[in-house]
Amino acid sequence: MNFKLSEEQHQLQDAVRRIVSAAGYHERLRAVVDGQLSWDEGSWRDLVEFGVPGIVVSDRFGGIGLTMIELALVAEALGYAGAATPFLGHVLATIAIAEGGSEQQREKWLPMLASGEKIASVALSDQNDGWAPEDWRLAPNGSRISGRKINVPAGQIADIFVVGLAGGQLAVVEALTPTVTAEAMDGIDMTRPLAAVEFSDAETELLENGSAGAARMHDAALVLLAADAFGGASRILDMTRDYSLVREAFGAKLAQFQAYKHQLANLAVEVIPTRGLYWFAAYAFENYVERSSHAACLAKAHSAELFLQTARLGTELLGGIGFTWEYDSQIWLKRAMFDFAWGGRPERLFAKAADLAGW
Amino acid sequence: MNLSYSKEYDDYREELRAFLAANWPLPDSLGDLRERTAEFHRRAAKAGYIFRHIPVKYGGGEQQLDFLQSEIIKEEFRRAGAPREPEVIGINRVIPVLLQWGTEEQKDFFIPRTMSREFLWSQGYSEPNAGSDLAALRTRAELVGDKWIINGQKVWSSNAYKCQYMNALVRTESAPRHLGISYLLIDLQQPGIEIRRIKQITGESEFCEVFFNNAETPADWVVGGRGNGWAVSRTTLRHERSGFRSVNWLDTILRRIVKLARETIRDGTPAIEEPHLRREIARVQARLYAMRYSTYRDLSMEAAGEPSGDYLLTQKLYLTDTIHLVERLTRDLLADDYLLMSPGEGRDGLKGNAKWIYNSFHSLKIAIAGGSSNIQRNVVGERVLGLPRDNAGVGGREASGMDQ
Repeated sequence: MNFKLSEEQHQLQDAVRRIVSAAGYHERLRAVVDGQLSWDEGSWRDLVEFGVPGIVVSDRFGGIGLTMIELALVAEALGYAGAATPFLGHVLATIAIAEGGSEQQREKWLPMLASGEKIASVALSDQNDGWAPEDWRLAPNGSRISGRKINVPAGQIADIFVVGLAGGQLAVVEALTPTVTAEAMDGIDMTRPLAAVEFSDAETELLENGSAGAARMHDAALVLLAADAFGGASRILDMTRDYSLVREAFGAKLAQFQAYKHQLANLAVEVIPTRGLYWFAAYAFENYVERSSHAACLAKAHSAELFLQTARLGTELLGGIGFTWEYDSQIWLKRAMFDFAWGGRPERLFAKAADLAGW
Repeated sequence: MNLSYSKEYDDYREELRAFLAANWPLPDSLGDLRERTAEFHRRAAKAGYIFRHIPVKYGGGEQQLDFLQSEIIKEEFRRAGAPREPEVIGINRVIPVLLQWGTEEQKDFFIPRTMSREFLWSQGYSEPNAGSDLAALRTRAELVGDKWIINGQKVWSSNAYKCQYMNALVRTESAPRHLGISYLLIDLQQPGIEIRRIKQITGESEFCEVFFNNAETPADWVVGGRGNGWAVSRTTLRHERSGFRSVNWLDTILRRIVKLARETIRDGTPAIEEPHLRREIARVQARLYAMRYSTYRDLSMEAAGEPSGDYLLTQKLYLTDTIHLVERLTRDLLADDYLLMSPGEGRDGLKGNAKWIYNSFHSLKIAIAGGSSNIQRNVVGERVLGLPRDNAGVGGREASGMDQ
């Protein structure tokens, strides 16, 4: 019995941290934020080479066969770095196929996703607040679909979509013109651009155990966003702390004012314990499947609120510089807004957690 | 990462169950409840189930730190209705201090009698002008012949009126602030000591003021040497249950809130069915999970000999913020019962929803005791975030320690 990371897990997380803090990383991130690059292809290439897309894929299909715990540790590191990669949609599509596909479907799709040869994403919402499988409305006509999905992460660069269908089913669709077209949405988070994807009589492959896959994918989304949010909140905390140690006012560093120090301490007190919550949700995803949804709902709802509140209070503490485009804190404020809304808003998830708790 | 109990722990649980089946309850022939409890505790210590942090030669269980075993013991003792290791200051605070700093004579004399609860202890740290700023304390002891002569006043000493001994911080040296302080053991039952109970907002009188007027204690009842009291009082308490105390308490509170919300009928419907309330209870549960699994992580790292990180320094403030949330939920459920409370001797004497009013006050005690929130914020700011020390030009390096 233990609840700490193994040496291998530390190494894995450190390796990812190195990729998203290497020379040139920050310049690429800023180029994305400033609209000169649409995404950080270089970091994704390094993550692919390291094996990130195949972490939870069985070695039978070309993956490394690790667990949600390792994947969530990666999500935390990417959240801390604000990585502009297609990680979220890609790993969710991968999990949907791994959990919802037949043996043949897994053999067909997983190797190309685990190797990073193709980029995948998930097309779930048909309308506002439509993240849960029971919300999906798009109904197939035989093996073809026509309709529009919104808030699809990295939709413009994805080669493959896992699409949520009416009845909580899932289908795989290749992004072939002219039947599938992705149009950029004006997303708040420049590091995770969103697209609206239009399907016009597009050919699909229905996943054999789609509803089971959809439920697992939804839980996975919540766990990974919770991990991302913890990483992002930690970054805001570090950034605000660092600024307080150099910025002077009234002849002293901001950090020397007790009022400022106490506000930073309040942020730390909320952020630090949240690691345990997302760790447990990741652990439950693997080990307590019947409690997994409950833990995932709590983790995402709480962590996303925490991240957003930390980013907003952090911006307030930074003062005017926090309101500039130039200063990096805006990157994480907007990631916090993404984590808050994408996958389901906290109030709704807390309500679902209460139902699942049996109250 | 593995939260399951391995076979080793299943076996441990089986052995413990067999021990409990054979030893609790004990037959009436072994005396009254107090004597039977004492005998049971002797047997449980010998078997390594209680007093696990205390060596065998003093009658302890002498076990390796193992928080899972500790959880199993708690679960099985509760199941069997067996009396747990007493949570008193003598066992939790004084014995660890003596084990690390005490002389052989001090250990031999005090530890076994403290374990048997023949000796009960009250802590004498705070003074009227030395609370959060503990190093400002002024109670003095002077060595005259083979005795310390003590003058001054302590406050917030829990249960001093019914304790025999005090572990106290007193000024013995002319050196400034924390450098002049020693850790003394003092017999409270002597003419030079007067104890007054403080009536608290709950109606209880657990805390006391203790006045020293030429009180005496033997010269060799100083622990850890003269002028070393500050370090002695900060002895790290490697006590496997301590990390779980607040988590388990919060877990109990959460279960009680759910029960209260089920039993509270509003507009003909149980309050637990109100959407807003359900979400708010889930918010509390998320914070409970955060605490529980951060504690597991900390203890796992500690057991592996790794530095366990920042969580422990944030835990008290996190708990405090959480119980403010809990209090807000309960007062709404209580509605007009929030107007009612009969002062009594603690929670046990209270009926119905008056128990929740007691909890409401208790939540404020948690916020203040053991280092009030702003002191905790200094600690987090300095030790977790690496911000500059407060008051560095005035109070010196010890100014914002976690004192009590």
